[in-house]
Amino acid sequence: MKRKTHPALIAFTVLTFFFLLGPLVVILGSALSDTPFLTFPPQGLTLHWFQNIFEISAFTRTMGTSFMLAVGGTALSMLIGIPAAYALARYRVELPSFLGNVFVLPILIPEIVLGFSLMKSLASGLGTPIMATLLVGHALLVLPYCVRVVGASLNSFDFSIEEAAVSLGCPRWRAFFTVVLPNIRAGIIAGFILAFITSLNDVSISIFLTGPGVSTLPIQLLAHMEQFFDPTIAAVSVLLMGVTVAVMAVVERTLGLTFLTK
Amino acid sequence: MTVSLSLENITAHYGTVKVLEDLSLHIAEGELVSLLGSSGCGKTTTLRLVAGFLEPTAGTIKLGDRDLTRLPAHARNIGLVFQTYALFPHLTVRENVGFGLKQRGVAAAERATRVNAMIERVGLGELADRHPANLSGGQRQRVALARALVIDPPLLMFDEPLSNLDAKLRVDMRVEIRRLQQANGTTALYVTHDQEEAFSISDRVAIMNAGRIMQLDRPEVLYSNPANAFVANFVGFENMIEMRAVAEAGDAVRAEIKGGGTIDLPKSQFTVPAQEFLFATRADGLQVAATGQGIACTLGLRTYIGRAYQYHCDTPAGQLVANGPLAHPFESGANAVLVPQPEQCCLLPKEA
Repeated sequence: MKRKTHPALIAFTVLTFFFLLGPLVVILGSALSDTPFLTFPPQGLTLHWFQNIFEISAFTRTMGTSFMLAVGGTALSMLIGIPAAYALARYRVELPSFLGNVFVLPILIPEIVLGFSLMKSLASGLGTPIMATLLVGHALLVLPYCVRVVGASLNSFDFSIEEAAVSLGCPRWRAFFTVVLPNIRAGIIAGFILAFITSLNDVSISIFLTGPGVSTLPIQLLAHMEQFFDPTIAAVSVLLMGVTVAVMAVVERTLGLTFLTK
Repeated sequence: MTVSLSLENITAHYGTVKVLEDLSLHIAEGELVSLLGSSGCGKTTTLRLVAGFLEPTAGTIKLGDRDLTRLPAHARNIGLVFQTYALFPHLTVRENVGFGLKQRGVAAAERATRVNAMIERVGLGELADRHPANLSGGQRQRVALARALVIDPPLLMFDEPLSNLDAKLRVDMRVEIRRLQQANGTTALYVTHDQEEAFSISDRVAIMNAGRIMQLDRPEVLYSNPANAFVANFVGFENMIEMRAVAEAGDAVRAEIKGGGTIDLPKSQFTVPAQEFLFATRADGLQVAATGQGIACTLGLRTYIGRAYQYHCDTPAGQLVANGPLAHPFESGANAVLVPQPEQCCLLPKEA
């Protein structure tokens, strides 16, 4: 049996894909252009701009910082987010319902406000080192993703499984590691990836918290663009896209992409 | 190892709501006692208190001479079977069954022997390396049973273990549970809302309501001699007739039926508990007859229930349900007499 598809739906779908993917094609094209300025369609083909990324020390340095921040910030956020999500799911009845929303606040508050307030309170207020402030900022930024995504898999977790483990002689704390964690593994990985990518791409918070000597890749990208409008920017963008695609490919291979959209 | 379980004067609260009030229960060694009641009666709370997932506000829980009341749940050594099976999804059948022994630090070789023997015993030999997701409901509950039994617990507890299975399987599984429990001689506490299930496999049954045990006795006694109106109603005594003893007439007590009429109850067959009492019967306990000593009525709707005709009757005491012989069907609207069958009736004290 063949379902009839309305032509308008086909047109709508094609348009959506065009708007989603079109800009990415433009960037890829610009990155390959053999001109000292950004242009599309590319004139001539070269990989020079990709090579150029690694010749500019500011890019390689900030790339390291960004990855460290994304890994460190997400890890820190998971350390808070997993126990929080666990408590919210386990004690759903006992806990006041607004508590769950508290962990979504970093998404609701404009990032600029969050960045500014962190700068005022931590960096200028307490004089915390730049890297530490950035780490806290990014952990806070990605906390909602950790709590929400881990929480989603905990909501479908049958807590009598944990009680079964306890009744069989396993102390509560150990039951968490031997029985609960392995069964919410997919949620933790999904949360980690969403958080990692969010942190890696963040501009609004980082722009307030970076300082002399310490910057992140997106911030460096902005700075570079203000001075040189060359295809290196497009090349870096393609590289970031590549990282995202690679991560997704790994996820697809190991767990299947569907769990990210579940 | 068989021990007894004692709950002494247990009171429990959920927040400010009192769910159990001064509950005492003793289960003898090797005995299977069921807690039976509708949801919210406190039966599951009682089980969770014994398991250690809840703490009582007052009272003591003892397993043999070991005081469990303040012992953490993981140190209680009780085999638990859950309604949702609660198998570990990330472990195979073998690993699920072996979990408790692993926690106890039993060496791998001995563990394997005991786990395999138990898996064979519940008839899952061929499925030992599967994950729970690839098992049927009945098979899952067998794994749960094996997992609880393999640790050789002095007490087994079942929390509505068959509610998620279909009717046929429920009967098979409850027989299997009873067989394994008797073979091991393990003391057992069984929670269910299904009367047939509780009566069929229990040594004794506690019928619960609003956090109290209304009656605790052998199923046979509960079925034919309920101690109060709640239990009578629960085990299917459809008719409750208010009566008042007014006089003695020879070997009978004359009772006035509330709403009108009198009835003579032979002393040899009825013991009147108080002047005001309830006369409780099942439909089988009131026989429809054209004439006789009984309650006058007008017959209403007639239904066919296989072994008899059942009538909905209008009497001065209200609507009653009574059965009549298949040989003589009565027509709706006819006047008849409902004759009490002493062995299917009981007289209960009137509740305050």
